Amino acid sequence: MVEALYKLFGGEGQFLYLLAIVASILAIVLPLLIGVAFAVYFDRKIWAAVQMRRGPNVVGPFGLLQSFADGLKLFLKETIIPAGANKAIFLMAPMITFVVALLSWAVIPFEAHMAIADINVGILYLLAISSLGVYGIIMSGWASNSRYAFLGGLRSAAQMVSYEVSIGFVLVCVLMHVGSLNMTDIVNSQSGAIWHWNFIPFFPVFIIFFISALAETNRPPFDLPEAEAELVAGYQVEYSSMAFALFFLGEYANILLMSTVMSILFFGGWNAPLPGLEFVPGFIWLLLKTAFFFWLFAMVKAFVPRYRYDQLMRLGWKVFLPLSLFLVVFYAAVMVYGGFLPTHG
Amino acid sequence: MTALVQATKSLLLLEFVKAFWLSIKYFFRPKVTVNYPYEKGPLSPRFRGEHALRRYPNGEERCIACKLCEAICPAQAITIEAEPREDGSRRTTRYDIDMVKCIYCGFCQEACPVDAIVEGPNFEFATETREELLYNKDKLLANGERWEREIAANLAADAPYR
Repeated sequence: MVEALYKLFGGEGQFLYLLAIVASILAIVLPLLIGVAFAVYFDRKIWAAVQMRRGPNVVGPFGLLQSFADGLKLFLKETIIPAGANKAIFLMAPMITFVVALLSWAVIPFEAHMAIADINVGILYLLAISSLGVYGIIMSGWASNSRYAFLGGLRSAAQMVSYEVSIGFVLVCVLMHVGSLNMTDIVNSQSGAIWHWNFIPFFPVFIIFFISALAETNRPPFDLPEAEAELVAGYQVEYSSMAFALFFLGEYANILLMSTVMSILFFGGWNAPLPGLEFVPGFIWLLLKTAFFFWLFAMVKAFVPRYRYDQLMRLGWKVFLPLSLFLVVFYAAVMVYGGFLPTHG
Repeated sequence: MTALVQATKSLLLLEFVKAFWLSIKYFFRPKVTVNYPYEKGPLSPRFRGEHALRRYPNGEERCIACKLCEAICPAQAITIEAEPREDGSRRTTRYDIDMVKCIYCGFCQEACPVDAIVEGPNFEFATETREELLYNKDKLLANGERWEREIAANLAADAPYR
């Protein structure tokens, strides 16, 4: 993507190359942030629809501009820093959450040759960066110097670490089949219509990945770090104004990222679902798939009650870990003895 | 055996799939929310909203400054001062209601012998400052003029049950 833009500029030199990098970053981050704003809106709308409510419908046509109004409101408010807080870390935490949420998008291929960095360890990079996201939450929880925030931060750290383990094993299953850590290769290995996609052989793996993704992004039913009922709002209790908005944006950017990763790993990325539909650009298919998974995320929020903390930990360590370990062994055995090992890569 | 069935069920996420279909069904049901600012729910004639001081059809104030409302008000939100007018009739010179103190119990309109102070059907009188909620006589009389039609209709509708 960077190279293509560089050629488009038609010149030579480091400055133009830098410009191409910045332009491609903006080309992804700006639509992403607008997408996040609409994601918040649709999340509220879907949640409302299941409960037979209307949801936001006043600002703009059908309330579409609600998120922008909320953003503007937050932007105009005062950032309150608690007297007992560690000021530097308190202010750094939301920035880390936000930046880390955006960083992961660098390796996402929106179409063939449409990723900022098409690196050969794309999935590893993704795992590494999403693990960094915990730091923003721990730091905010600790630096707020408040019991609620502290407990929320601790919970969140434990939760994200626990579910990353099963996400890792789940990914191993898929990667064994693909034979590459590169995101573009993963999509290319499923090129073709819907019956070539990974979710058919890997359906149980996909389910585990989906549930772990819910826990990883602190979404209901695993939103214990926030747990309004007991922790008020968890690690973000003390945050206001833009600092809060950054947490919020980061959270939803992560949800969109997880939806996109799911469509890339299991649902063929930019591939059209049926032969004959290839005339629609690939990134539109990816967008539609991402939207579908976001819809599932929002639906889950509407119909599953929140888990208790010990239930969450039991599910993570005593159900998902053994299950995903078993699946790794199972798929490995099937691939070795059934002759499904990848030939390329 | 039951434990095995239970384990299989939870492993297959049966309950979640069921809940998912249920929520899909509800997803497409008509909304039950009243679209409030554009669409309002019905109000009983007995609804106790914003206060108003009424006048007789000839324009004379109904209030005779008997101070029964001031006496019965459990929140002590009403303050009345009165003296005889030039024609010798007793009228209020001051009639204040502190709408912040008021608990909207409706005792004042029950106590009033001449139906002067009433609680009308208006409930949308939010203000930006606290001071605006300290109503004086002018404000209450203006309310009476503004809401007279609705108030009179409500009183007439409720009359058979009194």
